[in-house]
Amino acid sequence: MLKQVEGSHAVAEAIALCRPEVICAYPITPQTHIVEGVGELVKSGALQNCEFINVESEFAALSVAIGASAAGARAYTATASQGLLFMAEAVYNAAGLGLPIVMTLGNRAIGAPINIWNDHSDAMSMRDAGWMQLFAENNQEAVDLHIIAFRLAEELSMPVMVCVDGFILTHAFERVDIPEQAQVDAFLPPYDPVQVLDPDNPASIGAMVGPEAFTEVRFLAHYKQRQALRLIPALSDDFAKIFGRASGGLLRAYRTEDAETIVVAMGSVVGTIKDVVDELRDEGQKIGVVTLVSYRPFPVEALRDILKTAKHVVVIEKSVSVGLGGPLADNTDGALRNLDNRPLLHSAIAGLGGRPITRASLKRLFHDAVHAPWEGPFFLDLNERVVGREIHRVRKVRRSGATAENILRQLALASHLPQE
Amino acid sequence: MDDSTLAQQQQKLKYYQKGTFTVGNRLVSDAERSVQASAERSNALTSGHRACQGCGEALGARYAIDAAMRATGNDLIAVNATGCLEVFTTPYPETSWQLPWLHSLFGNAAAVATGVAAAQRVKGKATRVIAQGGDGGTTDIGFQCLSGMFERNDDVLYICYDNEGYMNTGVQRSSATPPAARTATTPALGPEPGNVFGTGKFVPKIAVAHGIPYVATATVADLRDLEAKVIKAMGIRGARYIQINVPCPLGWGAPSYDTIKLARLAVECGLYPIFEAEHGRITQSRKIRRRIPVRDYLILQKRYAHLFRNGVDDPRVARLQAICDAHIEDYGLLGDDEA
Repeated sequence: MLKQVEGSHAVAEAIALCRPEVICAYPITPQTHIVEGVGELVKSGALQNCEFINVESEFAALSVAIGASAAGARAYTATASQGLLFMAEAVYNAAGLGLPIVMTLGNRAIGAPINIWNDHSDAMSMRDAGWMQLFAENNQEAVDLHIIAFRLAEELSMPVMVCVDGFILTHAFERVDIPEQAQVDAFLPPYDPVQVLDPDNPASIGAMVGPEAFTEVRFLAHYKQRQALRLIPALSDDFAKIFGRASGGLLRAYRTEDAETIVVAMGSVVGTIKDVVDELRDEGQKIGVVTLVSYRPFPVEALRDILKTAKHVVVIEKSVSVGLGGPLADNTDGALRNLDNRPLLHSAIAGLGGRPITRASLKRLFHDAVHAPWEGPFFLDLNERVVGREIHRVRKVRRSGATAENILRQLALASHLPQE
Repeated sequence: MDDSTLAQQQQKLKYYQKGTFTVGNRLVSDAERSVQASAERSNALTSGHRACQGCGEALGARYAIDAAMRATGNDLIAVNATGCLEVFTTPYPETSWQLPWLHSLFGNAAAVATGVAAAQRVKGKATRVIAQGGDGGTTDIGFQCLSGMFERNDDVLYICYDNEGYMNTGVQRSSATPPAARTATTPALGPEPGNVFGTGKFVPKIAVAHGIPYVATATVADLRDLEAKVIKAMGIRGARYIQINVPCPLGWGAPSYDTIKLARLAVECGLYPIFEAEHGRITQSRKIRRRIPVRDYLILQKRYAHLFRNGVDDPRVARLQAICDAHIEDYGLLGDDEA
């Protein structure tokens, strides 16, 4: 059913359609509306046969989900940013135990400095945890990916994180087609666990594993994600048959057929990039964009097949691995590693802590990638004046103070705001 | 003898462990004997595990889980925090657990158990859930999850096997380590060797403050009391907490054969009060049978050896005695059980 609805609410409705049995809720901006929405559905009786548990932290949220999942229940939770870090130990544990929990991540920056706005630092911090990570481009896809995520998680018995850009998607009102219950039921069978805590068949789960078996356990986790590289496209096809629209998949190419420059990006920023691609195509430039839906598993072969004929690859990402550059650029570089005539790779860090990524800046970026290429990561729309001054000041004064506060003071001075 | 007369007789009958005042199973009918005395016991934590000789925790866990198994008709799931109990029971493919058992992390056993219990409810199953861990996994790193489980009144019995330190990692101080005790992180060095006075916490009291349906302390020195409390706890729904004092020969610096003796002396000197509370109120305390000075308890353990150097008692022995005296007063540990 078509609805004009807030992204978080659409996700909540999609979760309810998946018939979760245990939901753990802990508030953190910007995912809070999702668990609130699911909570309303449980409290009103619209979602039956579901335990909604208000926990005391994100660590507990995922821990409760771990217990529920190991006991054979379909479990869901949602978090963001600091919340994901607070549950980090349980994030690895859920994956290591092979529990098919689905979790929404309302992508948000990580502090300090504290910042509630969107970027992908949180998702990147857990990229090696063993979860599959799917990124939604818009709210329709956010809805669809959650339905796919439960099936994917349960077929492989491995957890899935659905990444939805904080505010940009979670708080945006868009037209979304909410599926019918019968469609979801046809796509998603009841959870049939591969391991379960059962007094009739007592087993020990979570035992100590030494050097004699640890490598094999880890290899099999990697092997499962390699299987997911085939399963994710298959589920996307299945989804299209039942729901009548394409959604999910490993990645999507847009106007890349003859493109000399191909942009690689994840999440909601792709919408803006597509607009820029259209503009530049109208101006006669051969440019396209690849939307990466699945970041883990990372679709090396599929990405390479699209990028191999390009001259320039521009990776735009909302995170920075401090001391290295962009993790997505690094992974993309890995996909191109063994090509004979590999395209030049240009890495851009953009939209950190919610900074808008504008069409004007993107146009300049794509132009520079071809005509004035840079080395290493390029920080889009970096205020070089402010940064330069701060670097200079720190050199002069030993007790230079807190960086974040100094930057804010400079900006305030520049805009003639009142000072203390 | 009719049932009521039998019940009256049993109320007067007191059971003491061998080595103290031997009154035991032989005097009562089969049905009244302890779970451990029964050939039908589940052996939930079966033999072959790798606990140290004289491990109080292994004993406590065996008593507690077997009692819970009887109370639930073997329809039980256990969640275990990281720690000695987890490590010595499951060097896979060997496992000593004869019931479904899950280990997730050090600090989340209470929350994982909440999830397991929620799954039972949603699946319409009657299976009951126990979470268990040592004092580190309970009073320190697992405390937030524990308090959350308590305040939600989730249907979980949490059992803390309190051996007063991080024994699995090599005897470091926890918030359950008593004052003056030597651990690897409170060494017997300097002008005031051992753990600092005025620190630490007694989680059973904090559990009581949550107003949960049932809180109890117990000791491996009193098998019947321990079993009775576990069985009682399994008859109650909601959040329940039992903390069992389990001596650690390695960490306490005591011979393996003194485990039960030390557990008994800890109670008899008043350092470890044994009581029950329901819905935020203390309902019963186990009376001290033969009061001893705390010195008699301390002097048997190498972790307190620095208090008795050169034949002179450290003044801090008196401070520990004052703690015992306060417990005796606060929990009403003297007098008759029937009073």
